[in-house]
Amino acid sequence: MVQFSEEKLNKVKEIIARYPEGKQKSALIPLLHLAQEEFGGWLSPETMDYVASLLQITPIEVYEVATFYSMFNMKPVGKYLFEVCQTGPCMLNGSDQIIDYIKSKLGIGVGETTPDGLFTLKTVECLGACGYAPMMQLGKHYREHLTPEKVDAIIAECRAKAN
Amino acid sequence: MGRKLLLDKAHIENIRYYSTYRANGGYAAAEKVLKSMSPEQVVEEVKKSGLRGRGGAGFPTGMKWSFLAKPEGVPRYLVCNADESEPGTFKDRYLMEFLPHLLIEGLLISSFALGSNHTYIYIRGEYAWIPDILEQAIAEAKQNGWLGKNIQGTGFDLEIYVQRGAGAYICGEETALIESLEGKRGNPRIKPPFPAVKGLWQSPTVVNNVETLAAVVPIINIGGEEYAKYGIGKSTGTKLISACGNINKPGVYEIEMNISVEEFLYSDEYCGGIANGKRLKACIPGGSSVPILPANLLLKTAKGESRMMTYESLNDGGFASGSMMGSGGFIVLDEDQCVVRHTLSLARFYHHESCGQCSPCREGTGWMKRVLHNIENGKGKMSDIDLLWDIQRKIEGNTICPLGDAAAWPVAAAIRHFRDEFEWHVLNPEECVKRNYGLAHYADPLPLATAAV
Repeated sequence: MVQFSEEKLNKVKEIIARYPEGKQKSALIPLLHLAQEEFGGWLSPETMDYVASLLQITPIEVYEVATFYSMFNMKPVGKYLFEVCQTGPCMLNGSDQIIDYIKSKLGIGVGETTPDGLFTLKTVECLGACGYAPMMQLGKHYREHLTPEKVDAIIAECRAKAN
Repeated sequence: MGRKLLLDKAHIENIRYYSTYRANGGYAAAEKVLKSMSPEQVVEEVKKSGLRGRGGAGFPTGMKWSFLAKPEGVPRYLVCNADESEPGTFKDRYLMEFLPHLLIEGLLISSFALGSNHTYIYIRGEYAWIPDILEQAIAEAKQNGWLGKNIQGTGFDLEIYVQRGAGAYICGEETALIESLEGKRGNPRIKPPFPAVKGLWQSPTVVNNVETLAAVVPIINIGGEEYAKYGIGKSTGTKLISACGNINKPGVYEIEMNISVEEFLYSDEYCGGIANGKRLKACIPGGSSVPILPANLLLKTAKGESRMMTYESLNDGGFASGSMMGSGGFIVLDEDQCVVRHTLSLARFYHHESCGQCSPCREGTGWMKRVLHNIENGKGKMSDIDLLWDIQRKIEGNTICPLGDAAAWPVAAAIRHFRDEFEWHVLNPEECVKRNYGLAHYADPLPLATAAV
């Protein structure tokens, strides 16, 4: 059963209050972020329907938005999602090699999740860290100036946190 | 050292917090505006300053503000565009992370000038940690009487809210941003009506870039006329440039718009030259959408004049031999980079980011990506180069929003200036997957007679 806690429901109210009366649909993207964080890192149909009910809009209005934006995951992902930038400036600084290194290190391809459910590798387009390339997003933060050694350390750090 | 107006205090420890920002002259411009100026006077100062939109289009900000419709009884909105997503651009991120109060002060002054009581900062979703910084600055400003009801006893009310996007380059386009802020897909709207008449929730709306709104603070502090003395001609003031690619010192620099590209690229104050002792091959001076220039057209114009870091000089020569200031995303390619591969990377980006509304862009970007992929991987034909040219030409100008142009221009410029590199890929299908074309003749001095077309 998908249901926000009392605390999160208060947050939902606070977000809806940012917009004029009757314009609560504007809260959709903030609520989808909140729901994705809360319900397993992806948006199941059940989660999307729940968000629709909170905003009193139709489910299709949620689906069409959720599928448009690349940050919303439409299927389950691993506990740690490596989102590696591959656009021009990162490419000039060796992002292809970093992506290959992560693939071999984790034994998965782009878009795949390790069998233990810990890691998912995703390639993304420009994240606005071009001067600190190559880079990836891991959760809320960026990991920049990546090298194979740094990737090793990040993987070890995630494994340690998971245990 | 060049003069600075935005980042002059960025090095001060704790400048992110209200007390330090205030102690170093922060909110003096807001105080001046609220105590002694009318909204019209603020607009007038911004007009006098010659400030041009720093997001990429370079449209005069004061003029944009004066277009805002003011019907009775209808709310007006200011929206800050912090959806920084143009490849090569990371300047707004720097401003928001290190000087959040400068943005908040700029938003306060601009909201007062435009009559917006609810102002929204739309920030790209991936900058997930920055809303916390901004919201803290907003809370501090509120505690100190700069936001909320009856600000500083003037009767002016203002709330500022931060809204995260969720990963869509297109939402940097102002009408797509508004759609997204309304909780919809980021599909750009057909204009007219322009946002100044019907924008957010069908109300008159101004959308301005982060850097533009921050620049309003020094404009008020020193006066529009004084601001206009910075820079050259119609490129007034300072500009944040985010430099990246194969250079020694990537990062965000504030430049006065009166220095040469050569100084910016090679001096130790800025980029510090090409990394690893290599030579310059090419540069995209204003974010991925603007035309790429070979080394010999970057440092000098086709007329043989030194190219300057100004809107006009970067544009000198038009599409034939110039480029654009754009968003200030300065991407440098060294002699070992492959222009075909880099263009493919950008084509993939635009294909990924096309919203899909207009068929020339939706289909054309994918088509260009696939053709470039073939050429880069030794499977191209000579006719593919003409095909690419044909596709980009049919995208340009045929879409609702400028993403179509933005996708077409990098491909067009790459073929225009690096055609022999494309041909080399086609003629050497086995070699091109093993090595790059190299610097070739791209840094050779241009013969003036043939170049000055």
